[in-house]
Amino acid sequence: MKLLRSYRLRLQRKRWRIRAFRKRRDLSARKNRTAQIGKRDILLFCTLRNERIRLPYFLKYYRDMGVDHFFFVDNGSNDGTGEHLADQPDVTVFYTEKGYKRARFGVDWLNWLQLKYAHGHWCLVVDVDEFLVYPFCDTRPIRALTDWLDASSIKSFGTMLLDMYPKGPIDSVPYMEGQDPFEIAHWFDSGNYTIQKNKRFGNLWIQGGPRARAFFADKPERAPALNKVPLVKWDRAYTYVSSTHMLLPRGLNLVYDEWGGEKTSGCLLHAKFLNTFVEKSAEELKRKQHFANSHEYKAYNEGLSANPDLWCKWSEKYINWRQLEILGLMSKGNWA
Amino acid sequence: MSVGFVMLVHEALDRAAQVARHWAEHGKPVVIHVDQRVGSDDYRHMTSKLEDLQNVRFSKRHACEWGNWSIVGATQSACELLLEHETDVRHVFLISGSCMPLRSPSELQSYLDERPRTDFIESVTTDEVDWTVGGLDQERFTLRFPFSWKKHRRLFDRYVEFQRRINFKRKIPDGIVPHLGSQWWCLTRQTLTAILEDPRRAEYDRYFRRVWIPDESYFQTLARLYSTQIESRSLTLSKFDFQGKPHVFYDDHLQLLRRSDCFVARKIWPQAEKLYREFLITDQSPSKMAEPNPLKIDRLFSRATERRTRGRAGLYMQGRYPNEGWENGKTAGRYSVFQGFAELFEDFGPWLARRTGNRVHGNLFAKDRVHFANDETVYNGALSDSADLRDYNPGAFLTNLIWNTRGEHQCFQFGPKDAQKIGKFIAADRNATVSVIAGAWAIPLFHSNRNFADIRREAAQLQRIEARHLELLRDGQTKARVSIWSLAEFIEDPMENLQQILDELGGDAGRRLTEVPLMADLSGFGQFLQNLKNQGMSPHLMGDFPVIDDPQKTSGGQRPYLVK
Repeated sequence: MKLLRSYRLRLQRKRWRIRAFRKRRDLSARKNRTAQIGKRDILLFCTLRNERIRLPYFLKYYRDMGVDHFFFVDNGSNDGTGEHLADQPDVTVFYTEKGYKRARFGVDWLNWLQLKYAHGHWCLVVDVDEFLVYPFCDTRPIRALTDWLDASSIKSFGTMLLDMYPKGPIDSVPYMEGQDPFEIAHWFDSGNYTIQKNKRFGNLWIQGGPRARAFFADKPERAPALNKVPLVKWDRAYTYVSSTHMLLPRGLNLVYDEWGGEKTSGCLLHAKFLNTFVEKSAEELKRKQHFANSHEYKAYNEGLSANPDLWCKWSEKYINWRQLEILGLMSKGNWA
Repeated sequence: MSVGFVMLVHEALDRAAQVARHWAEHGKPVVIHVDQRVGSDDYRHMTSKLEDLQNVRFSKRHACEWGNWSIVGATQSACELLLEHETDVRHVFLISGSCMPLRSPSELQSYLDERPRTDFIESVTTDEVDWTVGGLDQERFTLRFPFSWKKHRRLFDRYVEFQRRINFKRKIPDGIVPHLGSQWWCLTRQTLTAILEDPRRAEYDRYFRRVWIPDESYFQTLARLYSTQIESRSLTLSKFDFQGKPHVFYDDHLQLLRRSDCFVARKIWPQAEKLYREFLITDQSPSKMAEPNPLKIDRLFSRATERRTRGRAGLYMQGRYPNEGWENGKTAGRYSVFQGFAELFEDFGPWLARRTGNRVHGNLFAKDRVHFANDETVYNGALSDSADLRDYNPGAFLTNLIWNTRGEHQCFQFGPKDAQKIGKFIAADRNATVSVIAGAWAIPLFHSNRNFADIRREAAQLQRIEARHLELLRDGQTKARVSIWSLAEFIEDPMENLQQILDELGGDAGRRLTEVPLMADLSGFGQFLQNLKNQGMSPHLMGDFPVIDDPQKTSGGQRPYLVK
């Protein structure tokens, strides 16, 4: 039985790889700087559409962290996103106008690019509104983490997506280009997350936070998944299955300890809820290119028009990673 | 007289060269052994960088594999080279390329000058060792290890198992007692030359060649033969985690390292710019002569190990999701569940909060919504009062609540009208204290102004639910502390019973009860039960009430009992 299951997962993994291979034709290189990638470089992969305003801070954040090279898939932007990216010295940009949904929300594209370029590299796969926080990130670059993971023979690093929001209506303070989004959206929910184990893939399924509280209080099973495994020592045999929520082979999903201990883990601060979100969610609803018939965006639109303030008196104000560690939203594990 | 260094290098050659230069420029001779597996370009680059220093030498290169004799071989030849060319050297200090001096060379020198005959080498017998990983201590010396532990773990393990089964034992050479200890030592010329020039060295070498991880036992064992004065500790601060892998120091450890007063620390992350900048300067300050004191660092690392192996009780997150039974505590702290009390006493919640200072919630698991204390709609940690969200994962709801309110004691009401799914979790939780007045759910029905047929139907349903719940609580698997009274038992001596509950809650322990919550009026309750019986329902959980009034005077019932 177990053998059968692992064989099925193996077939599934191969299917996703073939699919990624076929989807390579969607992509055309707008600016290819992959020749300058060094053997030990840490790579970042991201799919985006019309996120010009977010880019300067995003690039700065991850450059400061120690990411060496960026890969972007520009899905039909018309706001100068592609041009801006092509101008960066450490960025490779691919362009496509094909459907985001048909590429399984970008997973196929990134799987292909990783298959081709990321073998043997530590790889970070994030959205343009996700900002990685790991233990000691204020004093140690990401290379310190990956070196430590290497020395510990750990191949993947687990995080939780932590939704950040402003106090007051989401669109009350406009986000400026280059600004730290967490100057505006610096509140989060500290203790309302629920976890289930996905038996098939071995990953945890985490839900909760302000989105579950405000938009999905009557249909919690539809609340978005918050478990993410964004940092992986990539091998060309690996594939992401659904966003960065889970991977194959399934051993990579085991980023948690089952015997009472805590494995080193981080958070992805989610800067989704800025003023840009309101128009974006209306647009995304129209495009219908998002997960599960965009029901997430439908819920947002209903929720946003009814009560756009996610803040409550028990919201926690973000200070630093140590605060998240104490609150139990991430863990140092045995990294000291 | 001087101290000389033997440095074993296999990675981060630039950093190693930097440290070697530091020692050499302070007049301390260094012999460097570079692993054969390092590429020749890198090796040449390193040698050329140190060309200008007369007292830096490179020894014959061995291909070093972890856990294997080659490291001892490399150490031997490097030591011989050092002792031969630097006749002035009295202490030989073995360091690695990722070691960093924390105190100035002159401080180390004067420390050693004061102890000219002392060998600093951690050397303990296998009986006293508790830090070996994989459980091999005495067996390191008596089994054979032809397979690589890193590359062929399974073969390694199987072969060990096989030898155990056939009771295979190697003979330990006469006259030596196996000792183990840190690989990093500082020996005197006398001891070291005695080991290297021993007439039986060929025999010892032959034996240790097949010992598992000989770099932790060769010098540690042989030093015992010759040393006149062994200090069984290493001058190198080196900590290992629970997997036996060395902890790494980063820039943010600067203050900690400085205050440790250790002489040398490993391993340093090669890119810890600040550490290399701060510690590799020529220090003119007078020496402190302080003893090394790595206590703070020990604590830091043992806390890390604790976190990794036991974790924080009651926490569930992306890095910790224990299997059933491995939680070390299903919840983060003690809490109390009261069933039937709010029905029997009209102001039980506020009274309990007043008496104990604890947070007292209403029915957290009520079907309409979560009744938090003070009727809040959102609670600590931004927990929502939505019943749907709570029922989606009631266990997570409860563990979240207890985790979010660490340091407070939570009390809440529970009853057969509530969502029952959580019952199993609470029963299995050591942190739960459950007090039940069975059958008290009938009191609100008794006081209600409803059609008797409806009352009867609901009574039957509630009784069925509560009976099932009590069964769960009385189950042999139950870990919670459970007290169950029937309603009739409880009202025999309510004061005493409440006192008992308060005593268990702690807080104002010792103080006698001065104020009792207001008890519901039960006159006619016996008749009410009789009516239910007459209508074909059999109310039994509440115990026996006489049809003729005044329950206060009923006597001869059982005392309250403590199930667990």
